[in-house]
Amino acid sequence: MSTATVQGPAAQRAPRGRRLGGAVNTLPLVGPSVALLLIFSLVPLAATLYYSVIRYNLVNPMLHGFAGWSNYKFLLRDPTLYQSLWISVVLVGEVLILTVGGGAILASLFEANFPGRAVARVLVIAPFFVMPTVSALVWKNLLMNPVNGLIAFILRSLGLNAIDFFANWPLTSIVVIVAWQWLPFAFLILLTALQSLDEETREAALLDGAGPIRTFLHIELPHMGRAISVVVMMETIFLLGVFAEIYVTTAGGPGTQTTNLTFLIYQRALLAFNVGSASAAGVIAIILANILAMFLVRAIGKRLDEQ
Amino acid sequence: MSARRRVQPVAGTIAWLAALLMFFPIFWMVLASFKTEVVAVQTPPALFFHPTLQNYSDIFARADYLHVALNSIVISFGATALAIVIAVPAAFAMAFYPTLHTRGTLLWMLSTKMLPPVGVLVPIYLFAKDVDLLDTRILLVLLYMLMNLPIVVWMLFTFFRDTPKAIIEASRIDGADVRQTIFHVLLPLVMPGIASTALLNIILCWNEAFWSLNLTSHDAAPLTAFIATFSAPQGLFWAKLSAASTLAIAPILVFGWFSQRQLVRGLTFGAVK
Repeated sequence: MSTATVQGPAAQRAPRGRRLGGAVNTLPLVGPSVALLLIFSLVPLAATLYYSVIRYNLVNPMLHGFAGWSNYKFLLRDPTLYQSLWISVVLVGEVLILTVGGGAILASLFEANFPGRAVARVLVIAPFFVMPTVSALVWKNLLMNPVNGLIAFILRSLGLNAIDFFANWPLTSIVVIVAWQWLPFAFLILLTALQSLDEETREAALLDGAGPIRTFLHIELPHMGRAISVVVMMETIFLLGVFAEIYVTTAGGPGTQTTNLTFLIYQRALLAFNVGSASAAGVIAIILANILAMFLVRAIGKRLDEQ
Repeated sequence: MSARRRVQPVAGTIAWLAALLMFFPIFWMVLASFKTEVVAVQTPPALFFHPTLQNYSDIFARADYLHVALNSIVISFGATALAIVIAVPAAFAMAFYPTLHTRGTLLWMLSTKMLPPVGVLVPIYLFAKDVDLLDTRILLVLLYMLMNLPIVVWMLFTFFRDTPKAIIEASRIDGADVRQTIFHVLLPLVMPGIASTALLNIILCWNEAFWSLNLTSHDAAPLTAFIATFSAPQGLFWAKLSAASTLAIAPILVFGWFSQRQLVRGLTFGAVK
């Protein structure tokens, strides 16, 4: 979908493959995949653009005709758009800090040798395989419920007041749930990156008297640099689309406190049936994602050239 | 690698504590699934109790549960099979017969994966409504196949590309033709790669919750959408929610543990290995 292309001399060079010999017409082999993706990306995009400039409301057939920029004008004057963009940014930003920070520290710990490491690693990764509706509902009810939840019980046993997480900090509560799901992703990728750190560098640091914290800050963290940037970009793209966690916990509320851009578009489209406005917001979401995709595709393209 | 290094008790203890903390919500959920509804909400929370299988038999007794589970299976396996069949020839061609366009094609495919689903929610919803495909399995099979096709092509491409060159050359020298090389040498070599690509794709389809929540209601609802029905206040039975959730995630947890390594390859498009 993205119009991102990679420029420069490398763009003209085919990756080094291994020929099996023989002349093969690759078009019938590659063609189906390309054709399907082309249709899947271009047709809905064109339709979104089209709907965004017409008057179209599923519950009001009297509204029709060309709208020009008016859907965009209404949308851009609407404070809920900016609020939803801000909520998306906060959600993505906070989850990134928690997952990349936590993932890097955990990866460093799991590089150490200790008994049962393989089992412990499996336990850390497990949340990533839990479907979003399950993790959101389990956290919201079993753990974060202000009356019967486990966290409320622990707080009360410590002599503190129980907290109604979803009433007082709705966005933070969602951040916690999403971060729990995505920390394993960051952990796994950073651990993979860390495993390519050669043993001699590590030993040299040890001989020079560097403790574990200094080794982490000055050797491991720089070594993970590129993997961290890949994690940040991949997660950003997935996290801008956070939907199910909001859908089953707060439904965007209280008020609009947890309505991110994805949820706003869903509300406009399938709850208010305002096709024009939802499509205009959709175009904004696509533009934002494309800007991010451009950087990511460039980074991955570089990696492809090196192999 | 690190097996040569001596055991580090401090790092190990912290790592184990972190691991138990991360896994705790899942453990707590599984525990709750064996409680009665009364025990599940009692304070202080019960760690030791008389376990019951009542919740599981209640879930299975619900007429729609098996239907929902079957939907999840049909949709994720169907979409995966379709994606593999379409992607294998493409990945094969791009790995072994690269052209000037191969690099651009691969990166363009990757960029289609970056399209935010919500950006095309309106046209897809209206299209499905017009052709009467709303709330059908076939719609989700097609969407999931298209949605994950870039990941599947990329993963297969990296597996094909990384097959040892020497073995293939040896078979050529021994006089095998292209067809024999593909079916007797290459295919057995990449079979594990195809299997792990399929595994990752099944996991992604199984857990997908944007399209399933928006495009299904009753007939084609998979487990992700079924669990979401527990968010309604009248359906808030913690023990039953836990039992249904445990059933929904158990197979995929097992799949996931098998595909840990391939996960990195698949989700970073080969950028981190």
